[in-house]
Amino acid sequence: MTRVLPPLVVLLPLLGAALALAMGRFKRWQVVISTTTLVLMTVVAGALLVYVDRNGAAIVEVGAWRAPWGITLMVDRLSAIMLLVSCVVLLGVLVYAVGQGIADGNRETPLTIFHPTYLMLAAGIAVAFTTGDLFNLFVGFEILLAASYVLLTLGGTGSRIRAGVTYIVVSLVSSTFFLAAIAMVYGATGTVNMAQVAQRIGDLPPTTALMLHVMLLLGFAVKAALFPMSFWLPDSYPTAPAPVTAVFAGLLTKVGVYAIIRTETFLFPDDGPGGDLRVPLMWVALLTMVVGILGASVQADIKRLLSFTLVSHIGYMIFGIALSSQLGLNATVYYVIHHITVQTTLFLAVGLVERVGDSTSISKLSGLLKAAPVVAVLFFIPALNLGGIPPFSGFLGKTGLLVAGAKEGGWLVWVVIAGAVLTSLLTLYTLMRVWNMVFWRSRKEVEEGYESYLINTLVESPDVDEDTRTRSTTPRLMLAATTAMVAVTVGLTIFAGPIFKLGDRTAHEIADRDARITTVLPEEATDG
Amino acid sequence: MNTSLTLVVVMAVLYAAGVYVLLERSLTRVIIGLLLIGNATNVLILIMSGRAGKAPIVEDGVDPATFSDPLPQALILTAIVINFGVTAFLLALLYRSWWLARLGDQGDTLVREHEEDRALAGEMFGSASAEGDAIVEAVGASDETSPAPEGPAQGGEA
Repeated sequence: MTRVLPPLVVLLPLLGAALALAMGRFKRWQVVISTTTLVLMTVVAGALLVYVDRNGAAIVEVGAWRAPWGITLMVDRLSAIMLLVSCVVLLGVLVYAVGQGIADGNRETPLTIFHPTYLMLAAGIAVAFTTGDLFNLFVGFEILLAASYVLLTLGGTGSRIRAGVTYIVVSLVSSTFFLAAIAMVYGATGTVNMAQVAQRIGDLPPTTALMLHVMLLLGFAVKAALFPMSFWLPDSYPTAPAPVTAVFAGLLTKVGVYAIIRTETFLFPDDGPGGDLRVPLMWVALLTMVVGILGASVQADIKRLLSFTLVSHIGYMIFGIALSSQLGLNATVYYVIHHITVQTTLFLAVGLVERVGDSTSISKLSGLLKAAPVVAVLFFIPALNLGGIPPFSGFLGKTGLLVAGAKEGGWLVWVVIAGAVLTSLLTLYTLMRVWNMVFWRSRKEVEEGYESYLINTLVESPDVDEDTRTRSTTPRLMLAATTAMVAVTVGLTIFAGPIFKLGDRTAHEIADRDARITTVLPEEATDG
Repeated sequence: MNTSLTLVVVMAVLYAAGVYVLLERSLTRVIIGLLLIGNATNVLILIMSGRAGKAPIVEDGVDPATFSDPLPQALILTAIVINFGVTAFLLALLYRSWWLARLGDQGDTLVREHEEDRALAGEMFGSASAEGDAIVEAVGASDETSPAPEGPAQGGEA
């Protein structure tokens, strides 16, 4: 079991991508292949989570080369949780994309390349979550980024190319940072195996360790879209097709967050020579939250607005990581799960809004509650959820983080807590404005010249892509996929107890660094 | 750790030149900048392997201490391949971007461009017959029922 499952989760999407590419001329087969692949992946990830939760981390030495020499795959509870949530989201979005593709005659998502690329993205994400090797993590990042470049520029319209160039150049620069950091880590410790790096980092002089720590964090910070390296995100995500934006919003930044969690807890613990970066991370968390949500509150375009809330809410996770207490990590794990699903669902719902209303600007849309009540409900639930209204998972996750912060104490933590509450409130404000304008406002009001301070100050999106504005029908499949995702987000509330318990076990596992090092490098650890 | 000063100087110059060109407005220069930075990073990895030595092939009578470190070379090879792929994609993007800019006021009316593409491809294949169209379709890897346009990725693959 241990030896088969972790590689399988990477192999499945790779094989699926190859098959889907070979089947380029048979659209139906492509759909069958990619759906089957992702269903299998979800099953494997689920099995892996159950297995890892019962028996502890699964370590696989690829090609049976022992740990310091070969590449190690390392799946613990955190990896397994991330994998399972990613697979569920990928599957939900795939169904949505298939529904949209059938309806649009594949103009916006040319299926020939969509399916293989999408599966490559899944493979990249799986590599990043399962690896126990820094360089392999880089390769995983590159696989998923290369796939994301293609997905972001699908169709090659002017606005997508423009957004794509920003995104690709920024991603490449951050990857270069990461690669340079890996080179320096290798120079300093003589290894790229994470467990061995973690073991040897204690022997480094503090200045060297601090520099390595900061270099790695810089690379990941761009990917996770932390302030001030978040400028690229709201500019590039909204122009992509709705399902692509949804999956990017859910998963790509979280891969960065995952890497930051690993760096902070495993490679460079706070008491090690890597330096204690909790205070700078607190400030970054605060600024990410507040600046992001202020950006969101002036946007007219719902997709841009959601991209800003995405950036803003990354701050919560960084806050949890910066607390680095047992409870803080527990709440972070829950918040990551919550945020992946909710943000994806919201983008899917906005994709539906775009189809029904032919626009994504809240100054143009109106009367959708009457026109499409189902879409309204599908938007309303995740919107309340993201805003942190009880009893939804957003409320539980934020409460968890705030409680963890309050236990920690200190003036800086309280400042961040205040910022977090303010951010939550502003999120609710921006999303409820969307609700009021798009769903509650009647068509007649707009025709008679609607004037309100609420929308007079808004900034419209710079690119209006006519190419995406010619839809009338909403396929059942898209509605079904969105409904299923909404159900998942509600499920996070219902099963919050077990998930928090799992999060607690995860936090314990993360905190126990020495045990991890021993499982990866058995004989080295006994040497001391 | 011993290392060659030449390599360090080369790396520094590559980084400096790369960052300088990367900050230009023109996309072509940005790509050149990224290439330079990518190569600078490869040199950095090479520097991290320490002093150069013998080829790391295990034989009798050869002291392993005289070997070069093989791992950084493997890392560089991987990095080069990744860089190569991404650069190819960037060039396709650059071409597409240039095409869209050339259209100017006509906007990115995709259908028209596709027709131009077809005409060009038709000339290249020497016929505009149904057979020629079929080839063009195969080359474009397009399985669309309507002559709807395809993205830059297809252009890149074709």
